[in-house]
Amino acid sequence: MSDQVYFEDVKEGQEIPSLTEKCTSQRLVMWAAGSGDFYQIHYDKDFAQNTGLPDRITHGALKHALLGRLLHEWVGDQGRVKRVACQYRGMDMVEQNIICHGRVTKKSQQGGENIVELEIWTETPQGQKTTPGTGVVSLPSRGQ
Amino acid sequence: MAEASVITDEMRAAVGQESEPITIEVDKTAVRMFARAVGYTDLIYYDEEYAKSKGYRSLPAPMGFLGHPIFRPDIPSRPAYVMSFKTPYKRVLNGGTDIEYYEPICAGDALTSTSKIADLSERSANIGPMLLITGETTYKNQEGKVVAIFRGTLIQY
Repeated sequence: MSDQVYFEDVKEGQEIPSLTEKCTSQRLVMWAAGSGDFYQIHYDKDFAQNTGLPDRITHGALKHALLGRLLHEWVGDQGRVKRVACQYRGMDMVEQNIICHGRVTKKSQQGGENIVELEIWTETPQGQKTTPGTGVVSLPSRGQ
Repeated sequence: MAEASVITDEMRAAVGQESEPITIEVDKTAVRMFARAVGYTDLIYYDEEYAKSKGYRSLPAPMGFLGHPIFRPDIPSRPAYVMSFKTPYKRVLNGGTDIEYYEPICAGDALTSTSKIADLSERSANIGPMLLITGETTYKNQEGKVVAIFRGTLIQY
């Protein structure tokens, strides 16, 4: 895990470190088993093509989970991820990298917690944003 | 857009109807499988002693993991929420996922979930008219605390 990030060090507009994960057919099979989503468009090329897709596609929920991992790894041991929301606007094909990004949109203190809101999204290697969303985390304070 | 709505009174009446509760297990092997699929290297998802040293009761559930409903071959699997109606659309897309976390979920927890249709709406997109069904599932732990609320949008077109 990287060094702990503190609320005081975060600025609105700041981008957080990105996360890249290649969604190989093996990863999609691991996701199917781990999540319990066995829909064949994600691992059976013939099945996917019979539904009109060019090839197998990455599970939307895996992209949501990767955005959750992006936030988990950013907030460190002392931070907490409170909300991860995203919309599946575009397909990501199997064997492609998914690049996860986040940008701080708002800082606030609510009920004794240091809350940071972020815009989060995934990009294809060609730079298309396929999964825009929002995240909410809490961070420790240097003063605590 | 002059297209007629496909939302019937019957469909509107289904909004807000709570399902029967479902029992959900969170176990260590499932946490590890999920974390591995997402590519986590943080040992809190794999090593129970390490997770305890970080203040967790056991392996915590990674973001997006809300346990597994108990599978039984003699009980047909069903959608998470009550969908008593049919719609004219044949094709389905996953529109989005929104999960709010309130309390840590850890391996060993027994969760109970109830689901409902929270919203129905219609939209016209480049693939044609579509129906957006937003389902909402509330997860409580063995102490009765709400640990997470999941909202998923299903697109029919």
